[in-house]
Amino acid sequence: MPLSWALFASLLLATAGFLVGRSRAFAVAGADSRVLHSRPTYHGYSVALTALLPALAILAIGTILRLMDMVPDAAVPVVGILALLAAVAGLGWGVTRIGRGFQARNAVERMVLGLLMLCSLIAIVTTVGIVLSLVFETGRFFQVYDWKTFFFGTEWTPRFQGNSELGIVPLLWGTMYISLIALLVAVPIGLFAAIYMSEYATPRIRSLAKPAIEVLAGIPTIVYGLFALITVGPMLRDYFAEPLGLGSSGSSVLTAGLVMGIMLIPFVSSLSDDIINAVPQSLRDGALGLGSTPSETVRQVVLPAALPGIVGAILLAASRAIGETMIVVLGAGAAAQMSLNPLEAMTTITVKIVSQLTGDSDFNSPETLVAFALGLTLFVITLGLNIVALYIVRKYREQYE
Amino acid sequence: MTDMPLSDTAAAPRRKAASLLKQDARTRRRNAAEKRFRLYGAAAIAISLAALLVLLATILTNGAGAFRQTYLNIPVALDAEVLDPRGNRDPAEMARVLTTSYGRVLDAAVRDTIARHDIRIEGLSDDDIGGLISREASAQVRDRVLDDPGLVGQTVEFDVLTSGRIDGYFKGRVTMDSAERDGNTSPQQLQLAQELADRGEMVTRFNWDFLTNADASDQRPEAAGLGVAILGSFYMMLVVLVLSVPIGVAASIYLEEFAPKNHLTDIIEVNISNLAAVPSIVFGILGLAAFINFVGLPQSAPIVGGLVLTLMTLPTIIISTRAALKAVPPSIRDAALGVGASKMQSVVHHVLPLAMPGILTGTIIGLAQALGETAPLLLIGMVAFVRNYPDGLPGGLMDPASALPVQVYNWTQRSDPAFIERASGAIIVLLVFLLCMNLLAIWLRRKFERRW
Repeated sequence: MPLSWALFASLLLATAGFLVGRSRAFAVAGADSRVLHSRPTYHGYSVALTALLPALAILAIGTILRLMDMVPDAAVPVVGILALLAAVAGLGWGVTRIGRGFQARNAVERMVLGLLMLCSLIAIVTTVGIVLSLVFETGRFFQVYDWKTFFFGTEWTPRFQGNSELGIVPLLWGTMYISLIALLVAVPIGLFAAIYMSEYATPRIRSLAKPAIEVLAGIPTIVYGLFALITVGPMLRDYFAEPLGLGSSGSSVLTAGLVMGIMLIPFVSSLSDDIINAVPQSLRDGALGLGSTPSETVRQVVLPAALPGIVGAILLAASRAIGETMIVVLGAGAAAQMSLNPLEAMTTITVKIVSQLTGDSDFNSPETLVAFALGLTLFVITLGLNIVALYIVRKYREQYE
Repeated sequence: MTDMPLSDTAAAPRRKAASLLKQDARTRRRNAAEKRFRLYGAAAIAISLAALLVLLATILTNGAGAFRQTYLNIPVALDAEVLDPRGNRDPAEMARVLTTSYGRVLDAAVRDTIARHDIRIEGLSDDDIGGLISREASAQVRDRVLDDPGLVGQTVEFDVLTSGRIDGYFKGRVTMDSAERDGNTSPQQLQLAQELADRGEMVTRFNWDFLTNADASDQRPEAAGLGVAILGSFYMMLVVLVLSVPIGVAASIYLEEFAPKNHLTDIIEVNISNLAAVPSIVFGILGLAAFINFVGLPQSAPIVGGLVLTLMTLPTIIISTRAALKAVPPSIRDAALGVGASKMQSVVHHVLPLAMPGILTGTIIGLAQALGETAPLLLIGMVAFVRNYPDGLPGGLMDPASALPVQVYNWTQRSDPAFIERASGAIIVLLVFLLCMNLLAIWLRRKFERRW
């Protein structure tokens, strides 16, 4: 860290500023501190902040420019000295501000509020960063590769010598197929688990089963990936694929789909649980009072009322499934093909992003740049699903509030 | 629904004849449907719990072996003529002697031991004897000798690593049958190992090296360890903690307590909830494009991993912090404002301390999520084969390192099945860390939870 001395010195200056500011405030006030607008500590803080903030800003900008090679090595001390000068100037200005009429508390709070606001803008900066990096590199990709072939091509055969076929269709097919299987596993199990827990389970069972299912949500995806690779994959191969003559590879669409389904169970069940619990009790009481059994109440009253929310939950789960990486990297295989046989290895968008961007990559070749186009496609699909899902869920919540 | 009353009235006259104590067919059917429905729900829960148990059981049974390792205890005569040809015990001179020479010394030591115990096995070849111990063993001995040149010329007892196949034999992964078909071992070699174990020279014991060693090459699964990965993960967690907690808490305070209702705030809110659902691999692409290609930070460095994970965990932390702030009743704020505190004072002096347990719990859960995240780290080059430990802080943040989940991925990509055992073992370590973090979060919540 070449500039840590400057950072350390600015922190020292700020501390000094605090002490000077406070003692000066005491001096101005004399015997009666009530003549000051704010308590002396606030005067101290205001001096410390006016000294520290400009110095920190200069240091941050300098470090970033240095990393981007826009500042030569020799100029690094200059940045540090500039920062210190700014700190001293800020300190001096801060001290001169102290006086009977100076509203130090308001000044400090304004600065702190500005900092808080800056922090909340980071979320926007992140999104803008994601979009910019994806769009910029995708643009470069489409300069060297025809966009029509990318979106409609059914061949995916990247070659190191160039002349690659980079069609997204087989990857999309694999992604959708695996996600569909995962949802076919997760939605019924998750939904029934949620119904059982909110409508039937005794509080005791609920207090045991709910956290246990949520443990599944806390397990990292690499663990599921390894599970697919060493247990589920070989099992499906030995007991289904080979006896039925449908394939001979351990990694397959079904392997990845099943394991991803297990991963999504807690996601579906906890979202649906919330939604089912939000259905007013009066609806249930009405149905039960008319003589329907609990299951009829669930099927004919609770579920229809909760349907929009559940659809939203399923869409969120689908977006999870589409963006999931480690399970498919370890469980689905790397062969880009379009087939209906679920016991064959297929591949997904995320797998190909990983394989095109790991290892030595040349950031000018279409084989590397295609990963950014894949990433942008993935981002747009998941973002679309999320926006629709969040809209539905929010709309639904308002209905019963 | 609408046709039900109709069929009910139609059925009514017939049902009158039946006894109230006897269920009619329709009621029986409805009750059966009820029972079935209940069963489906119970089955769904049973399936998910079974899946959890099977998952944990396979990982535990596969990975338990990684924590035990077979060593051969042999006296090694450190021949001065081979190891220090000039005889002046100068470490710089001795460093020129390569591991192959140490390999010869070890080879002789193994033969001596076999002769001493008078073990004779039909058809035992030279390769079998040479392949008994790990290739890493000669490096082990060399390091020890270079540390202490005075050992040269003496006969020293060493606990050397055995090769992966021999280790696998004692853990049940390699059998006589599989050895027949395996080019890297033979039944005779396993017999020899068994004889040595019977005489107490070869022992399988707890494997501390698994937690402290660096990764090893494709040929030496027995020497591969998690040290660099654990340290790398620790560095990344430090970066995440230092950056995401202050930024996340500050952002939540602004959004929850100060933000005016306007377009900008709306955009930020929608943004945060969407960021929480962006696939993690997209954050990896961002890290690669922004931090490595644009800003120019080094690849595989914990600082880049930490930054990417910070951006990923920020939404989680913001969402849970805002929930914690929201849970503090408005009366607290009103009371503070009523005695003349400013808005900022009421938040910093009263609301924030009360919300602290909730914020801490959310932070720990966010960190646990970050610890297990793999996909974005693959893209920023943390898959690289790293043999050297990163430096201490803060310079070590820029050194290449690995991370626990990435190390797991790395080992699954290797051909030797012994690495699957290592990968499962690494997952056990990862899960133990996660368990500790979650228990801490639960404990915090239990201890400080307040209902208003």
